[in-house]
Amino acid sequence: MKQKLIVIGNGMAGMRAIEELLKLEPSLYDITVFGNEPHPNYNRIMLSPVLAGDKQVDDIILNPLEWYRDNGITLHTGNAVTEIDRVGQYVIDAAGDSHQYDRLLVATGSTPFMIPVPGADKQGVIGFRDIKDVDTMLEYAANHSRAVVIGGGLLGLEAANGLRTRGMEVTVVHLLDSLMERQLDKPAAALLKATLEERGLNFLMQAQTAEILGEGHVTGVRFADGSEVAADLVVMAVGIRPNVTLAKDAGIHCERGIVVNDTMQTFDPKIYAVGECVQHRGECYGLVAPLFEQARVAANHLAQIGIGRYEGSVTSTKLKVTGVDLFSAGEFNESGGDETLVLQDPAQGVYKKLVIRDNRIKGAVLYGDTMDGTWYFTLLREETDISAFRGTILFGQHDIGDAGHGDASASVMALPAGAEICGCNGVCKGDIVDAIGKKGLFTLEEVRAHTKASSSCGSCTGLVEAILAGTVGEGYDKAPSKKGMCGCTEHSHDDVIAAIRHSGLKSMQAVRDALDWKNPDGCAACRPALNYYLLAHWPGEYQDDAQSRFINERAHGNIQKDGTYSVVPRMFGGLCTADELRAIADVADKYRVPEMKVTGGQRIDMFGVKKEDLPAMWKDLSDAGFVSGHAYGKALRTVKTCAGKKWCRFGTQDSTGLGVQLEKMTWGSWMPHKFKLAVSGCPRNCAEATIKDFGVVCVDSGYELHIGGNGGIKVRVTDVLCKVDTEEEVLEYCAAFIQLYREEGHYLERTAPWVERVGLNHIKQKVVDDADNRKVLRERFLYSQTFAQVDPWKARAQGEQSHEFKPLRIA
Amino acid sequence: MKDWIEIAALDDIPRLGARVIRTDTMDVAIFRTRDDQVFALRDACPHRGGPLSQGIVHGTSVSCPLHNWKIDLASGQALGPDEGCTNVFATRVEDGKVYLALKAGEAAA
Repeated sequence: MKQKLIVIGNGMAGMRAIEELLKLEPSLYDITVFGNEPHPNYNRIMLSPVLAGDKQVDDIILNPLEWYRDNGITLHTGNAVTEIDRVGQYVIDAAGDSHQYDRLLVATGSTPFMIPVPGADKQGVIGFRDIKDVDTMLEYAANHSRAVVIGGGLLGLEAANGLRTRGMEVTVVHLLDSLMERQLDKPAAALLKATLEERGLNFLMQAQTAEILGEGHVTGVRFADGSEVAADLVVMAVGIRPNVTLAKDAGIHCERGIVVNDTMQTFDPKIYAVGECVQHRGECYGLVAPLFEQARVAANHLAQIGIGRYEGSVTSTKLKVTGVDLFSAGEFNESGGDETLVLQDPAQGVYKKLVIRDNRIKGAVLYGDTMDGTWYFTLLREETDISAFRGTILFGQHDIGDAGHGDASASVMALPAGAEICGCNGVCKGDIVDAIGKKGLFTLEEVRAHTKASSSCGSCTGLVEAILAGTVGEGYDKAPSKKGMCGCTEHSHDDVIAAIRHSGLKSMQAVRDALDWKNPDGCAACRPALNYYLLAHWPGEYQDDAQSRFINERAHGNIQKDGTYSVVPRMFGGLCTADELRAIADVADKYRVPEMKVTGGQRIDMFGVKKEDLPAMWKDLSDAGFVSGHAYGKALRTVKTCAGKKWCRFGTQDSTGLGVQLEKMTWGSWMPHKFKLAVSGCPRNCAEATIKDFGVVCVDSGYELHIGGNGGIKVRVTDVLCKVDTEEEVLEYCAAFIQLYREEGHYLERTAPWVERVGLNHIKQKVVDDADNRKVLRERFLYSQTFAQVDPWKARAQGEQSHEFKPLRIA
Repeated sequence: MKDWIEIAALDDIPRLGARVIRTDTMDVAIFRTRDDQVFALRDACPHRGGPLSQGIVHGTSVSCPLHNWKIDLASGQALGPDEGCTNVFATRVEDGKVYLALKAGEAAA
C-alpha cells in the first residue's frame, strides 16, 4: 500500500514541493491536495501584472487541472481543511469528511494584515492576496473612481499602480517618510516616488490611519492628525502574517510562523511545512525564491532521500511595475565601518549603490538601471572578493569582460518575439517565452532542457535569464550559490575537489560512494570531471578511464559533424622544417585528406579522416617525429609565437625559442579546459599573448607575464601577473600558474572565469608573493608531467586501445 | 523466429563503452553497461545523426557526442524533454558471446 501524503494549501510553495517530489519519487505517495481557492495553483506574484492589465488570469496558471489528473493527485479546490488530528493522523475538511495521512505538508501561506482600526470591516476594504481580491479591485475600478492604498511597500505600490492603470484616482498612504523602506535607501525611494507621482499617484507620507469612514460601505479614511481623504475602495497592503491558525490549533509549535528545522519539519516529525506560513531560524519569508528552496528540501525528505538542508536565504526584490526598474538585495543601508560605492545620474534617473564590507558586497540598491542586479546578487551570495574589479563594478558586468552579453539584457524584454536569442541553436525570444508559459518553467536549467537556448556555448545565458525573470517575475530560480556539479550529486565542484584532496579518494567509485552519488555510473557531465580531478590530483596513481572521456579525448582527434576526425600534429612553438612539412604532405596524400588548413594556434589541421585510419596515420606521423597536438583535448593546446629577436628588427628577446621551451615543458598536460599560451617578442604583441591563458610579452628588460585571457565567445584581455628577468623564471612561473589552475579550476572552467571567480590577488599570493609555494607548485606540475608526456598517438599506433578504432567483424 | 548472428565476445566491448558493426545499410552500435547488459541501436542520433557509439554510456543510456542528447539504450527513445527515436535491435549474451538479431534486408557485411 502506498503511503498517504496530504498537502494543505494549493499554492506555489506546496505545489512546488510536490513537483520536486514527483521528480524524485513519482509513485511513493497517494497525494491529496486541499486548496481554499476555487483555482488550480497559480503564480501569485503575477497578480500585479494581471491587475495592471499586462496579463490575464489564464496566463498565470502554473499547474492546470490536467497536471493534477496526470500525476494521480486528488485535488479539492474551494475546500479548506478545518482541523488536523495529530494523534489519529487525519485531517477534517470543510465538508466534515476526514482523511488519513502518513505524512502531512502544511503550506497554508499567509494572510494580509488588516490594520485593527475602527471600520476596517466595512464593505470595500480589502487586502491584496488572491485572484478574488484582484477581481474585486477590477470591479471597483470599473464602477468607482477613488481608491486609497494603505502601505507604501512592494505590494501596496504594485496595487496602486494597477488601480491607477485601470483609471482610478489613487492615494498611497504610508506610515513612514520613505517608500519601500525594507528594500530601498532614501535616495532610491525618492526617485521612485517622483516617478510614480509623474504617473499620477498621490502620496500621503507619515500618515497614520485612525479610522475607516462610511456607513456600511467605505467612503473615506481619517488619519491621526484629523485630516481625511475620500475613498470608494481601501486596499490594505501593510504586510502579511503567516497563516498559522490551523497548525496552532493542532498544537504544533508556532511563533510568528510555524517553526520548522533545516529539514522543513515541524515539531511533529510527520508534519512538514513550507512557504510563507513557515518560520525558519527566526525568519519568515514573503518572496518566492526562498519558498522554492524550502520546497526542494521538503521534497527531498518526503522522498526519503534525506540529505537536503535548508539554511536560510538571502533575498532580492524587484518591483513589478512596468517601466520602473528597481532592484534591491541584502543590507542596503550601510552600518558602521561599511564602505559604499554610489553612482548617481539624476538626468538619466539612474542610481546605484553597493554596500561593501571587507571587499565583499553586502547589499545593493539599483534604480533606473537594474541590468546588473543578478550579477551583484550572485557576487553577494557567493561572497566574491571584488577587489580585482572594484574600480569598474558600478559600470556593470560587461565592463569587466565576463562571459555574456550583459549590456543587452536591459532591453531584452523590449525585443520582438522573432529576435534570435541563442545563435547556436537558433532559438528566438518567442520560443523561450512560449516554453516558459506553456511548460511552467522556472529555472535556467529547465529552459535549457526544453528550448536548448543557452545550452551550447552559453554566451546568451544572461539574455535567457533576463527573459526568464521578465516572464515569470522575481520567482524564477536563480542559480543557487552552491550548485551541485550535475544532477547526480548535490555537492559542488569545490566539495568534490576538496574531498578528493583531503580524504584521499583515488577512484571514481570512491568519490561517488563518499559523496552520495545518485546514479551508480554518474553521467556524461560528471564522469569526465571526476576523471580529470583524479588524474590531476593523483598523477601516477590514478588510472585514466577511457570510458569517462569525451570522444575527442578517447579517440585523440576532434570529432566532426559527419563522424570523421581531424588530425593536428604538434609543431613546437609553431616552428617547422621543410622535411616535416613534406612528411605532413605525404600523410595527407596517403590518407586522402580532403581538406587542410592552418589553425589559429599556428598548426596544420587535416580534416575528414576516418576513425579506422587514425592509428595508421599516426604511425606515419610518429615515424616522421611528430607527437599529438592535443587540439582535441581539455589540455595544453599550443604555444603561439612571433618571429622574435632572431629575425624581427623590433624583437627584444628570443620569443620563438622561449615558446618552444614552454611547449616542451607543458605539452601533454590535462587541464580543466583547453589552455593556450603565446610568447610575443616585443610589446607590439604579434602573437596575441594578451588573450591567452598564459601570455608572455618580451620587453627589453625582461618578460611580462599575463594570465587569464581568452578569445572565443567573449574576449577577455589578460591580467598582468608580474614581470620577471629571465627565461628560467618564465618557465617556473608558468608551471606554477598552470598547476594552481589544474588543482583549483572547475572542470570546463577556463582560466578567464576562474581568475574572475577566485580573484587576481589570490593567484598573485600563491604564485608571485610566496616563492616557496611557487616552487612546490612547479615541482608538482613537473612530477605530473612525467606521466602525462607519453604520446597518445604513438601508443595507439602501437596497438593500445585498438578496440576503439576497429569496427567489429562478424565472427 | 529471430536470426541470431554471433558478433563478438562480450569482452571485446568495453564496459560502459560501445563498438560499431557495419551492415549493408547502416552502422549498428553495440553497447555494454556496467552490469554487462548489452544493447544495440542504429548508430545515429535522432537529432542530427551523431554516432551514438562514440558517446558516454551511463546507466542504461548514452549521451550523443555531438549535442549531448540522451538516448535510452533499451528503447532508442530520446530522454528528457528531447523527442526522437532511433532503431533498436535485439541482442543476447550466451557463454560470453554476443548475438545480434537484425531485421530482414539488413545482412551484416
